[in-house]
Amino acid sequence: MTAPLLDARNLTRRYRLPRTSLLHPAPVLTAVDNTSFTIRAGETLGVVGESGSGKSTIARMVMAFETPDAGEVLFQGQNLHALSPYELRLQRQKFQMVFQDPFGSLDPRRTVGWSIAEPMRAIGADTDTARRTAEALEQVGLPARDADKYPHEFSGGQRQRIAIARAIVTRPALLVADEAVSALDVSVQAQILNLLMDLQDDLGLGILFISHDLAVVASICDHILVMQHGKPLESGPAAQVLRSPAHAYTQTLLKAAGVST
Amino acid sequence: MTRRLPVNFILGAVLVALVVGTAALSLVWTPHDATLMTISNKFAPPSATHWLGTDQLGRDVVSQLMAGARNSMAVALVAVLLGGSVGVALGLLASAIGGWVEDGVMRLADLGFAFPALLFAIMLAAVFGPSLTNAVLAIAFINIPVFARVTRGAANQVWTLDYVLAARAAGMNRFAISRDHILPNIAAAIIVQATIEFAVAILAEAALSYLGLGAQPPASSWGRLLSEAQTLMYLAPQLAIYPGLCIVVAVVGFGLLGDGLRDMSDPRLSRER
Repeated sequence: MTAPLLDARNLTRRYRLPRTSLLHPAPVLTAVDNTSFTIRAGETLGVVGESGSGKSTIARMVMAFETPDAGEVLFQGQNLHALSPYELRLQRQKFQMVFQDPFGSLDPRRTVGWSIAEPMRAIGADTDTARRTAEALEQVGLPARDADKYPHEFSGGQRQRIAIARAIVTRPALLVADEAVSALDVSVQAQILNLLMDLQDDLGLGILFISHDLAVVASICDHILVMQHGKPLESGPAAQVLRSPAHAYTQTLLKAAGVST
Repeated sequence: MTRRLPVNFILGAVLVALVVGTAALSLVWTPHDATLMTISNKFAPPSATHWLGTDQLGRDVVSQLMAGARNSMAVALVAVLLGGSVGVALGLLASAIGGWVEDGVMRLADLGFAFPALLFAIMLAAVFGPSLTNAVLAIAFINIPVFARVTRGAANQVWTLDYVLAARAAGMNRFAISRDHILPNIAAAIIVQATIEFAVAILAEAALSYLGLGAQPPASSWGRLLSEAQTLMYLAPQLAIYPGLCIVVAVVGFGLLGDGLRDMSDPRLSRER
């Protein structure tokens, strides 16, 4: 077997909370505790858990917005957190992110085309920025002429398509989707999920899909990692986790989501 | 959208247009030469030729007020632009880098706030000699901490937004993000602050000129007109009242305009209306 696209080893992240007492040391919250997972090209890993379970912290560490206190993130064999800031910026085009809130993830003062082209501009000279922007818009099912419009002219679902266009414009190998459909209507959710799966087939994307909704995760993911209070509870192929959950918490989640098993 | 413009904005805009228009007009035309003395015609009452009469040296009051408006506007404009650009740059830098740089810049700003502005200007004038240039520099300098603080506060808010995170994910560096995302999104707050600071700068220029640390004779300035008229308060009180009124109109105008702009840019306030 080839090396995985993303290999997260024993990730741990602690936050220092505000002091509650002058004499005692500040309390420490362990947001993510000793969590490991891998993602292969063309494969989707779903991370599920309630809010506060450390899902988003995992996304932030994989995106190298935050440095883990222990453990490492190997992306294509490279430890992201050991790179220099400049090397990291050059690598960023290969792993991109789709955010939860489609109204907050696009700069209201910039045209859609400008936002989509941002990852290309960041790495310097790409002469065909306009063509790639148009191509990315069409890949997410929007007309290329939308590049000249502003975000406020679009609905939430369309904005999320634009955000996905920005994420795939540099043809990344890994896409991190942090609650990418949670803010959308159910019917729009299905469209966006289908879009993600189509893009995965076309581009061979590895996807780290983070959600609190097990039903959504069940519909798109190959592997599932269930988390609670920052600790990994169980993980495995989606079918196995869904059919015979090993942990009582997973069963609760399954019941809450109403997933037919 | 047919949202009604706030009253303070309209009133402020009218007063500002009046003052700025007068100042602009004085560049090409004044009723008389503002510095032309006709001693034989001193303290003339208002008439068709001298609309507001003449002063103790027979100079036309209207022409002097217009020339004064020009000087006041020029000083305030240069001072706010200069102090504003330095302050905004420092604020953006502090917000982009964070950590001890941010703390350092903000403590320096606190230091600037703690120092009485006028006292600082007087010190500058004492060290470098009284001149309009030094007055401009002094007013610009006292504007720096104001803009630095406003910019840093607004910028810190924008830094937490998802589209900034997306720009980081795209591989943009902090300075490019400051330029492309932060500055355009805090521009409204800075413009509001600049308008209000404009009023403060006019007042500061008048105060400095009144103390003899700003515009030097024969250049006209509202503050200087005030200080000249002071000795003649019992003889010709109108000579002090006219420039005083001009200062009030300009300061109130820019103050109202700034308030109105802020009301318009703050959705929370506009909903209450």
